[in-house]
Amino acid sequence: MMNYFPDEVLEHVFDFITCHKDRNSVSLVCKSWHRIERYSRRRVFIGNCYSISPERLIARFPGVKSLTLKGKPHFADFNLVPYDWGGFVYPWIKVLAETGIGLEELRLKRMVVSDESLELISKTFVNFQSLVLVSCDGFSADGLAAIAANCRFLRELDLQENEVDDHRGHWLSCFPESCTSLVSLNFACLKGEVNLGALERLVSRSPNLKSLRLNRSVPLDTLQKLLMRAPQLVDLGIGSYVHDPSSEASNKLKHAIQRCKSIMSLSGFLEVAPRCMSAIYPICGNLTTLNLSYAPGIHGNKLTKLIQHCRKLQRLWILDCIGDKGLGVVASTCKELQELRVFPSDPFGAGNDAVTEEGLVLVSAGCPKLNSLLYFCQQMTNAALITVAKNCPNFIRFRLCILDPVRPDPVTNQPLDEGFGAIVQSCKRLKRLSLSGLLTDQVFLYIGMYAEQLEMLSIAFAADSDKGMLYVLNGCKKLRKLEIRDCPFGNAALLEDVGKYETMRSLWMSSCEVTLGGCKTVAEMMPSLNVEIINESDQTEFNLDDGQKVDKMYLYRTLVGHRKDAPESVWIL
Amino acid sequence: MAKEGLGFEITELRLGLPGGSMTEKNDKKRVFSEISEEDKSNGKSQVVGWPPVCSYRKKNSFGDKDGSKTSKFYVKVSMDGAPFLRKIDLALHKGYSDLATALEKLFGEALRDADSCEFVPIYEDKDGDWMLAGDVPWEMFMESCKRLRMMKKADVKGFGVLQPREALKGTMKE
Repeated sequence: MMNYFPDEVLEHVFDFITCHKDRNSVSLVCKSWHRIERYSRRRVFIGNCYSISPERLIARFPGVKSLTLKGKPHFADFNLVPYDWGGFVYPWIKVLAETGIGLEELRLKRMVVSDESLELISKTFVNFQSLVLVSCDGFSADGLAAIAANCRFLRELDLQENEVDDHRGHWLSCFPESCTSLVSLNFACLKGEVNLGALERLVSRSPNLKSLRLNRSVPLDTLQKLLMRAPQLVDLGIGSYVHDPSSEASNKLKHAIQRCKSIMSLSGFLEVAPRCMSAIYPICGNLTTLNLSYAPGIHGNKLTKLIQHCRKLQRLWILDCIGDKGLGVVASTCKELQELRVFPSDPFGAGNDAVTEEGLVLVSAGCPKLNSLLYFCQQMTNAALITVAKNCPNFIRFRLCILDPVRPDPVTNQPLDEGFGAIVQSCKRLKRLSLSGLLTDQVFLYIGMYAEQLEMLSIAFAADSDKGMLYVLNGCKKLRKLEIRDCPFGNAALLEDVGKYETMRSLWMSSCEVTLGGCKTVAEMMPSLNVEIINESDQTEFNLDDGQKVDKMYLYRTLVGHRKDAPESVWIL
Repeated sequence: MAKEGLGFEITELRLGLPGGSMTEKNDKKRVFSEISEEDKSNGKSQVVGWPPVCSYRKKNSFGDKDGSKTSKFYVKVSMDGAPFLRKIDLALHKGYSDLATALEKLFGEALRDADSCEFVPIYEDKDGDWMLAGDVPWEMFMESCKRLRMMKKADVKGFGVLQPREALKGTMKE
């Protein structure tokens, strides 16, 4: 029936299909659907920038307006990948610029972004509107200045957790007077000072500004002025929050905050004097998102009192100095909670304030809608995990990190196999899982058996033998990303089913038992994979013996063969 | 906090231009494992990349929980032989060894170009006196330090004779 509709009708129907996976499915139905979908696709997501080339992207989707690219493997976050491994965005920008693509939006994660790239973007794409950089590096304030100065219709400049060299704070002054289109401005990760007057003027002339996240150099009196000019804000990130609660400045701030009736998301407090938290109580009742994970200054009573005002919270990111008791307050207050992240405030310290299994159990009991968890803790028990699994069967993401990576259940001294087993058995929608603690092959048997929707799995210091990895590879049909460190998995596991890796985005194995010979075999059997060996030690020591254990291996499927930009420490087999 | 000297021996330093240049990042990784070694001797064992906290977060959310200390402590740092002065935020560092690491990064190039000589870390305190760094607890140092100077050991002998103002002049290159 659908075949008798003209293309325009189908295109219109496809407009309603926005999710990438669905659009990919649509394109597989038949040739004409493939064609129509191709030309009407505006947003493209590329999870591994080396899986495809910019030329092929444009050949298939000539109408692309929004591009999302991810570069370095996840473990790069933890210093396991050399800084110069790759993930350069410049080649992409260059090709997009040369072929006349009308790029409007660019979202990058873990990529190397040079000032040159930013300048090229700003000068080429006339309608460029949105730049989102997450965990990127390689650029300075000069690149930001180019974006500010040249992108006449810029709506979004969102910098999250990037390493930026911003010794010169001039970039903010580069927004011309004619720029009035800003909707979102996030520069919380910048260290340098910005021109406060320029910031105030910019906010004043941006009536559509909904999201503003400041860095720590923005002082309180500027914050107050900004809030007075932008009471329509929905998302606020506070830089410096240091004031005397009895002062005039504090009163002015209270007044300004009270005018902001639309704020639903609050973060920052990068510098904070915790005596002053009461000034923000008036907006707490509306908050759905609260991120205090960069505010170690707020703890104890101040923290729990604050949370008690936040009854509508859906997403909460905090430090573990909240303690189990504090999590109890969360459990009794935040009945709508869906996502909780508890970060370590002192990962190498005595951990006196850290959380344990008790806090997690309390939250699971009090917050039945919980579906996403990242939890750094001192210890965990099987009993607690079993209880959590019963209380919260809706987990989509479950990431547990016990600070001592091989700690058993402190009560029974058993591995945590049964606890995690309960989680995967109960949470039928689980897509992402990170394990820690003492774990044997048994937990992987459970994962292979029950985690049918699992897409991403992170394993560290676990398992007894190759069987563990095999259970997972054989059982988890939807697995896309597997990252493993310090496990006794060797060639037998790696080579059992090399075809499986073509169905996945990537596999990372470091400090395991796989050898150079094993990796070479994978590369030979599967030309559609890039098998990279990362060796950061002195090159002359690199042993070319096939029996040599490989320190780090990263393999991923690709349509474009070996990349040409790998550094010396990376050998592509 | 235990007293710790800064011990500025010349090590294998590389160019350390600001802006995320390649070798600067190499230093970061090397330094992390050096810290690991240090903490191992303190009785805590550490593994590279564990716990899995991203490096940006590590740099920005750990440390003092006392709200009153979260204000900035930017001081100028000069190094004999380096053409430019730098500024660092003392509050971002947990102790003398952490500071040492940061200074290594800032002045890597100058240290490498200098003939192998040791540097003495001195600072000007609130009274205008030039003090050797490392004697007092870190927090006290942070409060009283107005500026830092990495002085060539060779120049130390003549130093005591200078008035504070002349010492300042001495920190300016050319």
